[in-house]
Amino acid sequence: MGTVFSFDIRGAGVPLTALEEAIRWLHRMDAMFSTYRADSEISRMDRGEIAPSDCSPEVREVLGLAAEAGERSSNYFSTSINGRLDPSGMVKGWAIEKVSIFLRNAGSTVHALNGGGDIQFVGLPAPARPWTIGVASPFQPRTLATTVSGPTTGADFAVATSSTAERRLHVVDPFTGRPATTLASITLTGERLTVVDAYATAALAMGEAARDWIEQLPGIEAFAVTADGRSWHTCQFPLHRPSQEPAPRANPASVGQCEENRRHESGLRDCAAGPRP
Amino acid sequence: MRRVILTIAATITGLVLLLGFKTHPIAQAVPDPTSSAVSPPAASPSIPSPSAASPSATAPTAAAPAGGVQTFIGTAVNTRYGPVQVQVTVTGSKITGVTALQVPSESGRDQQINSYAVPQLTQEVLAAQSAQVDMVSGGTYTSEGYLASLQSALDQAGIH
Repeated sequence: MGTVFSFDIRGAGVPLTALEEAIRWLHRMDAMFSTYRADSEISRMDRGEIAPSDCSPEVREVLGLAAEAGERSSNYFSTSINGRLDPSGMVKGWAIEKVSIFLRNAGSTVHALNGGGDIQFVGLPAPARPWTIGVASPFQPRTLATTVSGPTTGADFAVATSSTAERRLHVVDPFTGRPATTLASITLTGERLTVVDAYATAALAMGEAARDWIEQLPGIEAFAVTADGRSWHTCQFPLHRPSQEPAPRANPASVGQCEENRRHESGLRDCAAGPRP
Repeated sequence: MRRVILTIAATITGLVLLLGFKTHPIAQAVPDPTSSAVSPPAASPSIPSPSAASPSATAPTAAAPAGGVQTFIGTAVNTRYGPVQVQVTVTGSKITGVTALQVPSESGRDQQINSYAVPQLTQEVLAAQSAQVDMVSGGTYTSEGYLASLQSALDQAGIH
C-alpha cells in the first residue's frame, strides 16, 4: 500500500512490546493484501489460483466488509478496479481501526493513529479539549481547506479524506470506469474508521450526489472541495470554531481562508431547514 | 511536532519501520552542532526537492517581521535506511520553511518514497503549525527520522 502510518500515543500504559506487535501485524496485513505483491492472497485470488474460502480469516473479513460497503453505497464502493480485485479502499481504514482496538486493549486511553491522512482518534488529547484536525487543501500544498473538531465527550472519532490528488490511489467511478473528477477531495467524519474510510472512497466516486447520500447516513458527515474550487459540507459536519482564537496572523493563505469561511456560512444557511439543532 | 509523545512511523510496504521518542532521538544520532546560518529572504517558498544536496534557504514572500529570518539545521539522524537531516527556516517565531538536506536515496524505492513522503511531511509541519491542529487529514505522511531531525532543529530555534 505504500502508506506511512504514524501513531500519536498520549498518556501512559502501552508497553513497547504491544506497539511492536501492532507494527508486525500491519506488515503481515500488507503481505496478505498488497496488490503489488504477486504472492499476496489478493493477487493469487485475482489470478483465480485460490478461492475466498482458501483465504485467511482477515481477507475474508475485509472482503465481507467491502461487499457490505458496496451495498450501502449503491455500489460506488467497489473492490473491482478496472477488472482487477483491489480491496485497498477498505484495507487501510480497517487495519488502523484494528490497531486502535488492539492498543486500547493493551491499555491505551488516548491516541491518534494516522495512515496516510486517514485517522482514528480515541479519548481526549488534553483535559476538556477535543482533537483538532486540519483538512489538507487538495489544491494548495501547505494550506488547510478547513479544520475539524472531535467530540468534546472523548468518544471515538474517525476522519478520512479521499482526494483525486492522491498519487497512488486513483478513485474510479465503477459505473464508467473513469477517474472520478467532480470532487477534488471529500472528508468524512464518524466514529469508526473502517466505514468512514470506505465511504470516503465511495463518496469521491459518487461526486456531487455524495452530499445527499451522506446527509441521510446517521453519524457520518462530509466536507467536500469541488474540482472548481467551491466547498460544501453536510449540516452537522463538526467544523472547528475556535472560541478564543487570537487575532489572525497575516499570511498569504488568509485571503483564501476568508473566502472559505464565507462559503461555510452560505453552506450553513442552506442547512437551516435541515436537521441542524 | 507539538505534543507528539511517541511517534512510530512505518510504511506498510516494509521499507520504513522506525521507533523513536521525541526527547531521546535514535541512539546512533550523530551530533551536528551546525546552526544559525542566517540567510537573507530570497527564494519564494517552495516544496523542497528531496534530493537537494545542499542547504537551500526558503523564505517567506511576505516582509519578515522584526525577528528576522533564521535557519536551523537539525541533527543528522541515522536510520536503518540512511541518514535523515532537515533544516527549518524560522521567521520571528514561526516556521516558514522546512527543507530535507539528507534523506535515504540508495535505492530506487527510497527515491520513490522520498518523492512523495518528504513534500508531504513538509506540508504537514507547516500546516499543523499554522492552524494549531493535532493532525492533518488527507495526504499526511510522517517518518521518525524526519521528525527527530526536525525536533533538534526546533530545539535550536527555541520553538516548541
